[in-house]
Amino acid sequence: MFKILKYSFFDLIRSRWSYVYFLFYLALGFVLLFLNNDLSKAVITLMNVIIVLVPLIGTIFGVMYFYNSKEFTELLLAQPLKRSSIFLGQYLGVAGSLTMSLVFGLGIPFVLYGLFKSDAIWNFSLLLVTGTFLTLIFTALAFNIALAHENKIKGFGFAVLLWLFLAVIYDGLFLLSLIVFEEYPLDTFSLVATMFNPIDLSRTLILLKLDISALLGYTGAIFKQFFGTNYGLILSLVMLLLWTIFPIFSLIFKAKRKDF
Amino acid sequence: MFFLIGCLFTCIMLKANTIEVCSSCTIKSIKEGVSKSSDFDTLLIKKGTYKEFNIIIDKPLTVIGKSFPVVDGEDQGEIITIISDYVTIDGLFIINVGTSYTTDYAAIRVVRSKHFLIQNVVLEKLFFGIYLEKASEGKVFHNNIIGDAVEEFNSGNGIQLWHCKNVIVSQNIVQHVRDGIYLEFSDDIVIKNNISSNNVRYGLHFMFSNNDEYVNNTFDNNGSGVAVMFSKKIKMHNNTFKKNWGSSSFGLLLKEINDAEIIGNTFEENTTGISIEGSNRVRYEKNDLINNGWAIKVRGACYTNTFVNNNFLYNSFDISYNSKLNDNEFKNNYWSSYTGYDLDKNGIGDVPYRPVKLFSYIVNRTPETIVLLRSLFMDIIDFSEKVSPVFTPDNLTDANPLMRKFQ
Repeated sequence: MFKILKYSFFDLIRSRWSYVYFLFYLALGFVLLFLNNDLSKAVITLMNVIIVLVPLIGTIFGVMYFYNSKEFTELLLAQPLKRSSIFLGQYLGVAGSLTMSLVFGLGIPFVLYGLFKSDAIWNFSLLLVTGTFLTLIFTALAFNIALAHENKIKGFGFAVLLWLFLAVIYDGLFLLSLIVFEEYPLDTFSLVATMFNPIDLSRTLILLKLDISALLGYTGAIFKQFFGTNYGLILSLVMLLLWTIFPIFSLIFKAKRKDF
Repeated sequence: MFFLIGCLFTCIMLKANTIEVCSSCTIKSIKEGVSKSSDFDTLLIKKGTYKEFNIIIDKPLTVIGKSFPVVDGEDQGEIITIISDYVTIDGLFIINVGTSYTTDYAAIRVVRSKHFLIQNVVLEKLFFGIYLEKASEGKVFHNNIIGDAVEEFNSGNGIQLWHCKNVIVSQNIVQHVRDGIYLEFSDDIVIKNNISSNNVRYGLHFMFSNNDEYVNNTFDNNGSGVAVMFSKKIKMHNNTFKKNWGSSSFGLLLKEINDAEIIGNTFEENTTGISIEGSNRVRYEKNDLINNGWAIKVRGACYTNTFVNNNFLYNSFDISYNSKLNDNEFKNNYWSSYTGYDLDKNGIGDVPYRPVKLFSYIVNRTPETIVLLRSLFMDIIDFSEKVSPVFTPDNLTDANPLMRKFQ
């Protein structure tokens, strides 16, 4: 498995897209910090970018890589190797290189602008942690979709639809249900609904850490009570972890049964 | 006649003596000093600790503390009560005012008097600080009031004016009390250059007071900044309201306010910058609203208010409205989230700006939806609402938004 991981990883590291991705984050980080020197403000702006772009790029990249390396995968399948290690290796290679681009691309400008001396360090770390989780989750989901569909167009279509659903449509439905059921107490419902979408969960986690919770009024107080404590933070991270583990297991499960 | 009165007055003044009070003098207490003095005398209180309360000053006296003598009320009750005109209190350090749930004990109370001056007084461990009751033509200047209030129900106000007229309150520092400065039924009051911070409830609180003016004050980190309620013709100029942060906090609350002027103020980092309810004909000019959650929250029954030349910078929501009706005018403001263009380069944007986002309308309706703040979906529907308004008041626009910050 580690050989395949290493191969995929270095293959991607050498590829142009990883550099583009890395340079994009690098440029974004520098431009943001150049425009306003305030680290904590830059963190808020970055959050907007991260919760939209990271899942999208993870999804597209995952699907793309899977389809592109299909011949290589089939070659590997002919070898006496465990299927789980082939797919897991490839998955970790993709997710690892994306995560690295993200962490270094954003980390370098922030460190150069004095992150370690600033109190934004925890918020920034949280941002990177959620960014990493989002990459892991959405790459795994993309692999699942690609594995299920031989047809590339269909696979891409579903992958983009998945992103669209979790990033936009889910919030729309969430909003709609909040308005339709406004007569009822909705605090627990909103908490649970937030938990079931990794993008919403990441957004809420970061927002509450950034102390705009006072904006949120009564509902915010309940959210703050939940997410603001260590218990809530740990539970959210566990939830994100579950979001990562389930697609990976389903990937392995499906890969084992698939007839290539 | 005037000459005669003037002469009489100077004659009395010439007769005035200075009486010294100290632990080794013939007069050992302030009370004794007051009773042994005659009109227009000066009581000079030397350094030391005076454990006294219920000192009643019933004649025109000048009480001067030399290097801040301590007057310790030992939590027994009120400390100094002034019931005569022409009284000056200067340079005392008053501590331990009694706390009561039935009587408003104050460190210094002025009752039905005119021409008083309270200056350079330091108050600590107080219940009520300086309490002016039906007093007029006086001045409260350069005092330092530091309380230890934690809860609203068992604490008092720093400076309280009740049924007063023509009083100047300036250069005071008020901290950690319930309301920093509180006015009730007080007209023609000038409040300037004060710093009111870390108070439990409001930095400054107006009730039923008209024709007042507050200028160059700073209200920092109070439960809420300033509440102006049921008052007319208030002038609010060049004040700073900042860091009133909490789920129900605001920089400035206007409730039933008519014909006021709000000019040149700075509202920074408040949950709600200005919250307006039932206020008419108020002019907002040249204010800076920076980094607030809601810059201005209009709650209803607000008519013919004008907002001109204000800077709205980086607020989560610029304006929030809870109705589709709008009778207020917005013009020539600078909005940091304005995305229009200026083809003729006259400094005024060619596209009107709509300060009310759809999201702020939705949040007003269903507060729980705030959890979707900064979601991509919200940005999309805000954008579509901006292009063709359906839910937000369609005449609520700034037709001439500025392209650059108003200086």
